[in-house]
Amino acid sequence: MKNVVIIGNGVAGITAARHIRKRSDDRITVIGSETRHFFSRTALMYIYMGHMTYEQTKPYEDWFWKKNRIDLVHDHVMHIDTGEKKLHLASDGTLSYDSLIIATGSLPNKFGWSGQDLRGVQGLYSMQDLEAMERNTAGIDRAVIVGGGLIGIEMAEMLRSRGIDVTFLVREESYWNNILPPEESAMVNRHIRDHGIHLRLSTELDAILPDDNGGVRAVRTGGGDELSCQFVGLTAGVHPNIAVCRGSGIATERGVLVNSFFEANLRDVYAIGDCAEFVATDGEKSHVEQLWYTARMHGEALAAILYGERKAYDRGILFNSAKFLDIEYQTYGEVPAKLEGLQSLYWEHPGGTRAIRIVYDEGSVVRGFNLMGIRYRHRVCEQWITEERTVPHVLRQLGASNFDPEFSRQFERELVASWNAQHPEQALHLRRGRGLRLRRALSPKRSSEGASA
Amino acid sequence: MKTVGIQIPEHLTGRAWVDQPLRKTGLALFGIGLLVFVVGATGAFHSVPALYSILSLGLGSAGALLAVLAGRKARHPGIDHDGIMFSPLKNRKTIAWVIGVVFTGFYVLLYWFPDTLAHMTVAFDPLSRAIRGKAADRWFLYGTLYTLAVLIMGVRMLIKYRHSRYQTLRTISVMFFQAVFALLLPGLLQLFNQPEFYFHYFWPLKYDYLFPSKLSTLFNGTALAVFMGFWAIVIAFIGVPILTYFYGKRWYCSWVCGCGGLAETLGDPWRQLSDKSLSAWRVERWMIHGVLLFAVVMTGLLWLNSAWEGAVLGSLSYGFSRTYGFLIGAMFAGVIGVGFYPLMGSRVWCRFGCPQAAILGIIQRYFSRFRITTNGGQCISCGNCSTYCEMGIDVRAYAQRGDDIVRASCVGCGVCSAVCPRGVLNLENGPVSTRLK
Repeated sequence: MKNVVIIGNGVAGITAARHIRKRSDDRITVIGSETRHFFSRTALMYIYMGHMTYEQTKPYEDWFWKKNRIDLVHDHVMHIDTGEKKLHLASDGTLSYDSLIIATGSLPNKFGWSGQDLRGVQGLYSMQDLEAMERNTAGIDRAVIVGGGLIGIEMAEMLRSRGIDVTFLVREESYWNNILPPEESAMVNRHIRDHGIHLRLSTELDAILPDDNGGVRAVRTGGGDELSCQFVGLTAGVHPNIAVCRGSGIATERGVLVNSFFEANLRDVYAIGDCAEFVATDGEKSHVEQLWYTARMHGEALAAILYGERKAYDRGILFNSAKFLDIEYQTYGEVPAKLEGLQSLYWEHPGGTRAIRIVYDEGSVVRGFNLMGIRYRHRVCEQWITEERTVPHVLRQLGASNFDPEFSRQFERELVASWNAQHPEQALHLRRGRGLRLRRALSPKRSSEGASA
Repeated sequence: MKTVGIQIPEHLTGRAWVDQPLRKTGLALFGIGLLVFVVGATGAFHSVPALYSILSLGLGSAGALLAVLAGRKARHPGIDHDGIMFSPLKNRKTIAWVIGVVFTGFYVLLYWFPDTLAHMTVAFDPLSRAIRGKAADRWFLYGTLYTLAVLIMGVRMLIKYRHSRYQTLRTISVMFFQAVFALLLPGLLQLFNQPEFYFHYFWPLKYDYLFPSKLSTLFNGTALAVFMGFWAIVIAFIGVPILTYFYGKRWYCSWVCGCGGLAETLGDPWRQLSDKSLSAWRVERWMIHGVLLFAVVMTGLLWLNSAWEGAVLGSLSYGFSRTYGFLIGAMFAGVIGVGFYPLMGSRVWCRFGCPQAAILGIIQRYFSRFRITTNGGQCISCGNCSTYCEMGIDVRAYAQRGDDIVRASCVGCGVCSAVCPRGVLNLENGPVSTRLK
C-alpha cells in the first residue's frame, strides 16, 4: 500500500484525494495549514458579507474524511526532503511519502509599492486574509482597492456591504479589458459606478502613505492625487505559492514546473492547481491555470493518471464564470478581448445589464460565447463549439442553450433579428422553445446531458 | 478551539442605506397596533369593534407594510442577503427565541385556551360580517392574521425578488390562493349557507376531507356540496398525481398551499436555519413517511368502521383520529410548524410532518418530469444553494458533481437557482428518463 501525501487542502488537493480514494485503497494524507477542513475559497466574500458562515462554506460534513479514510493533518510543511521522501512540519514532526502531490495554491501579488506592508494593506486569497480584512476594516469608512480583476470587484462588493466608501483604482482604461471585450467591459464599468463605487480607470498606484501608527492614511495615485483611506486592498492578481519547494531540488520558475501529466522534475512528485506551471511545449508557451475549475480538473485528472490510464491532461473547451456585483458572467470557448481575425455577433439589452456575444471565425464557425446577466447551458455551448457548428445553425436553435429560470424573458429572437439585420442574404428563422424541451427535440438520440465535472 | 472565519462585527447594527426613518416609523406603527390588539384581550374595546379593528389590525398592517416598503430602496435588484448571518433575529439569538415563544404561545392559546382570545375576535367582526355575514370566531381571527402575514410579507418577497419573474409569479400565486381560496371563498360559502370548504386543501393534509362522515355530509347536501365531495376525491387521487408528474410537487407546495405560502413569505427570513446534515435527512425520511402512514391507517380504519357500522372498531378509529388531530394537526402543523420558524427554519412541518408533502414527494422522486438541472461544470461549491434551501437539501453536494437534483423533499421554491452566483441551477420539466440520479 502506497503512502500518498498531498500538501494543500484546497480544491485541487481535496479533489485529488477524493478521486484517488475512488480508485484505490492507498493511504491518503492531506496536510493543510489554512483551515482544519476543506472550505470553498470562492465563498470567502460571502462570509464577510454575512450571506454564509464558515461552517456553511464546507462542501463536506466533518465526518466525511474519516469515513473515506482521508487523513487530515492541520499543520504547515516547512521543508521537503526529496532524498529521504520526508516532509518536515512546523510542529516539528515528520511525515514520509511515496508519492507527493503539491497543491499549495496562490499568494496575492505585491509589486513593491511603497507602503505595501503597512497595517490595513492586504490582498484577499486565504481564510487568514479574510480574518485580517475583518480586523482591518472594523469601523472604517474609506477604502481603496488597487487592481482591476475579479478579486478587486469582489472586495469592492464586500466593502460596500458594510457601508464602506470604496475607490477602485484600475490601471487599464476599462475594467478587466485584457479579458473582456470592450462592450462587456464598459457594461461592468457602468455597473460598478451604479453601485456607488468610485471607479478610477487608467489610474496607477504610486504609493501607500502611512499614518503615525503604522497604519495607512492615504494612497497616492500615479497622477499625484491623494485619496485618504484606512484600508487598501491589493488585488492585482496572484502568483503560485511555491515557498515549500525551496531547497528541495524540485524545479520551479513561476510555479512548480510540471509536464502535462503533472509530473515535476523529480520522481513521485506532482503539482496541481494554481501552483503548477506547465512547461512550454511545441504548441504552447509555459503557463499557469489559476481557476477554481482548472484546479478541480487537475485533481481529478491526476488521480486518473496515477491510478487509471496515463493520459495527458487536456483542459478541453475553456469555460469560466464570475459575478460582477449583480451581473452574472459566463463564458464558453474562445472569446478574446481583442477579436483579431475573429468576428462576433453582439446584442445588448437596453437596460444595460444583459448581453450575449457569439464569436465566430471567417467560415462562420462558432468559437465562443460570452453571457452577461444571462445563463446558457454549458454542455450545449460546448457541443456546438466541439462540433464546429456555424452561426446560422446555432442561432436557429439558440433556445436550446437557454438556462435562465422559467418565466425569464428570452432574448433569442433579438439576437437572431440582429444577425438578420447584418446578413439579410442569410436571414434565419428561430426555432421556438427553449432549454430541455428544444434540446431533446434536436438530438433525440442523446439520452442524458451527462456532466461528470 | 479558535473559531475560524469571522465574528459578528459589533458595528453592524443596521444597514445604513436602508430607508431607516421609514422603516422605524413603520415598525413603531406596527408596535402600536399590536399593543392595541393585545389590550383588547381585556374586553376594553368590546363595544367599539370598528375602532378596535382600525387601531389594531388597520394600524398594525399599515405599519408592517410601511416597514416592508422601506426595503425597496435597500439595494439594486438582485440577491439581497447582506448581513443575514450577523442578524440576531435570523440566527437563533435571544430575539429569535422571544419571537418563537410568542408564535408558539399564540398557537397554544388558539388551540387549547380559546377563551383568552374571545375579546380579541371582536377586532375581526367588521371583516367577518362583510365576508361571512356573521361575527368572527377564533378560526376567523386565525385565518385573517394568517392571510395578513402572507400578504404583507408577500409584498416583502415581491420587493426582494423583483429581478426574478419566477419568484414574483410564485409569490403572487401564494398570496392569491391564501386571500381568495383560504379566506374569501370559504367565508362567502358560509354567507350563502354552503358548507365551509377549502378547494386548495386535499386529503391527507386536510385529513378529514376523505373521512366517511365528511363525504356523506357533502354527498347528502346541495349540488355545490356534492361537487365539493367529488372535488375532494378527484383532486386527491387524480389531480395530485397528474400535476405532480408534470411539474413536480412545487405546483402545490410553493405555489398553492397555505402552509407553503406562509413559509415562503413570513418564513423567508428564517429559511437558512434548516438543518442540512445527513442525519437530519435520515430523521426526515422516517418521520414524514411515518406521518403519512398514520394518516392512511387512520382514514382506512374510519372507512372499515363505517363499513362495519361501528361494530368492531367503534372507539378505536375515533380515538385514532382524535390522536392524529392533536399530535399532527395541532401540535406539529401549528405549534411546531410555525412556532419554531425562528429556531428551525420555515419548513419544519412541510419537511418532517406533512403527509401531503410525503405523497407529492414520492411521486416527484420516482415518477415526475421535474428536476433541478446542474449546469455542467460551472459549480464553484460556494454553498449559497445549500445555505438557503429551506428544505435542508444539500444542493451543493449534487451541483458540484454535475448531477441533477431529484429529491422527494424539494418544493421547487427556486431560491437555490436564484442565489447561485454562477447560474448553475435551473428548475426544469422534461422527460423522466433524462433525469440524472
